[in-house]
Amino acid sequence: MKFRAKIIDVGCLNHFTRVVNTVSRLTKACVLCSGVVASGGVSMWCELSQGNFFDEFQLEGVSADANEIFLEVAPENLSRALKTAQNAKSVKIKLTKKSCPCLTLAAELPSLSSVSRVVTHDIPVDVIPRRLWHDFREPQMPDFDVSIYLPPLKTMKSVVDRMKNLSNYLVLEANLNGEMNLKIDTDLVSVTTHFKELGNPPWGDDGSQSSSPAHRDPDLMAEARVEIRKLQQFLTGQQVNPSRAMCNIVDRRILHLIFLHEDVSLQYFIPAVV
Amino acid sequence: MDCVATGGNVKVLAKAIHSLSRIGEELYLEPLEDGLALRSVNSSRSAFACFLLSPLFFQRYQTPSDQSFRCKMPIKSVQAVFKSLASLDRSVEKCRIQLNSEKNRLTITLHCKHGLLKTHNLSYQECEGLQAVFDKESCANVLQAQPRLMVDTVLHFPPSLEEVNLSVSSDRVWLRNHVEDDADSSRAMMTELCLSSEEFDHFAVGSQTSVTFCLKELRGLLVFAESSGLPVSLYFDEPGSPVILSVTDSVLEANFVLATLSEDSHPKNHVNTKHPDTEQPPDDFMSDDMDSFLIAMETSELPVPSHVPTSPPRPTSYRKHSFSEEEEEEEEALAEGPPNKKFCSLFFGSVLPTPSHLPNQTMQSQEVLASDSEDENQTETS
Repeated sequence: MKFRAKIIDVGCLNHFTRVVNTVSRLTKACVLCSGVVASGGVSMWCELSQGNFFDEFQLEGVSADANEIFLEVAPENLSRALKTAQNAKSVKIKLTKKSCPCLTLAAELPSLSSVSRVVTHDIPVDVIPRRLWHDFREPQMPDFDVSIYLPPLKTMKSVVDRMKNLSNYLVLEANLNGEMNLKIDTDLVSVTTHFKELGNPPWGDDGSQSSSPAHRDPDLMAEARVEIRKLQQFLTGQQVNPSRAMCNIVDRRILHLIFLHEDVSLQYFIPAVV
Repeated sequence: MDCVATGGNVKVLAKAIHSLSRIGEELYLEPLEDGLALRSVNSSRSAFACFLLSPLFFQRYQTPSDQSFRCKMPIKSVQAVFKSLASLDRSVEKCRIQLNSEKNRLTITLHCKHGLLKTHNLSYQECEGLQAVFDKESCANVLQAQPRLMVDTVLHFPPSLEEVNLSVSSDRVWLRNHVEDDADSSRAMMTELCLSSEEFDHFAVGSQTSVTFCLKELRGLLVFAESSGLPVSLYFDEPGSPVILSVTDSVLEANFVLATLSEDSHPKNHVNTKHPDTEQPPDDFMSDDMDSFLIAMETSELPVPSHVPTSPPRPTSYRKHSFSEEEEEEEEALAEGPPNKKFCSLFFGSVLPTPSHLPNQTMQSQEVLASDSEDENQTETS
């Protein structure tokens, strides 16, 4: 099993760092799957296209027919390691075995002398055995009832932040007419924020919808009642504005948030509560 | 006693006090002929710092008529006087420190702009002197670097990191986070920074060495050094001997002395291979890792004649470690005894060794572990 990658472009390094930082805010442990350096977990899936980040990328999996490596790592450690490597001339990431399997990150830093400074971080990882690999595949897109583009993240975040002061749960509802409402309802107060003309992504035939869009009343709202904290966590973690942000709602079941950047996609699933 | 600091030096004085506050809870103040000594030590006696401000630092410097005046006070109360550095810069013109012995108060008066006077009367406790014995000049390894380099290297380690390991070879320096050898730690993230000797202003390495010390206490000095722009010098010897970080200019000298782990994690560097370095001593006083950094301080009960921290070679007790043959002998004798884990024993402010503790040793090796009350045998060790 071998894994080696190298980043030499500062822009790529920064971008990669931001993605890792985002992931580290969402989860304490994540799994890096090879092939498409992605991280997964029960509720989050982030996919990076390695060509856009890494200058060199070499991977040899467990065996020829299972040419993948699954590593469980604490993204916070990765984040910390990357933080100190921000102005590095090059960053190499390698799978190594020290007292336990590690992802070794070696950054060459500019220095006052002709010899570069080298900082090496050994991040302990767990190699996931092959029999558990199926747990870490890209989650299937659930059969959603409504799919809608999100309002500008900044606006949505400030609304959610304020709502968090009033309630622990929030209802997000949307319909196929591009309308979305964020609602909270407590004994003391109920607040609703209405968004209009957001637009609905065209899923088409492979959208795998349970009830085909043509038959769904466009004004009918699909809703999901979720913990505000989780939604806030997701919105706060975003360090870069995505080129596309949308959410799919399975009525009273799941809120599926999808953020697409040029070379990174991030999906987050928040289960609905009663 | 009457000392007056003016202009920019008031801020320097304030920064020195803030640096000392990172070490211990109390500020020890001693006006000497050579200058005003401000010192602090941490509770586990593994870190000691001293700022010596020479008479030239002050516009006026007058020591008390009673030569042996020494006092200590809670450092927080002194910090409160010099609270906001920015406003000190802007408005304080002069700072006067006077001793009011009738009322037992140390009066610090800040003369500010527009004729404003802020007077603080701090109560103090007379005490014995606090002095660590160490000798920079006899250390085998000396590194000197610009503060920026030190700050940058420390940045790679998380602020919560306690212990760091410094290793040197003939042309390289490595800094690593130190983890204890236990089950948990094998899962800890390890960071290592490698610097070339060229990055240092001065690089004198006697032999390949590796020392481990506490990083946290060091940060106070780095902050001071960075703001003063003065280069930082690092003096160290073998594991067990203290690491001394020093910042000097014509009117002040700051020394931060940190104890090092005396077990050597790099066996190739350690002469004594019989060293039973993983044996845990029975009593809980020693089992905490922090306790492994013990600096024994002996407070002097006799008047110490203008004792300056860097006073040249008193029989430097810590140097005993460099006599490896002696070590080996002692180690063997110790094989059965309690804490075989060697603690760095360090400095002593005393004038005379206490013969009862050290029957077999010469004056040279007066090492008293702070724990000597627990077990007399220990005092002969290390």
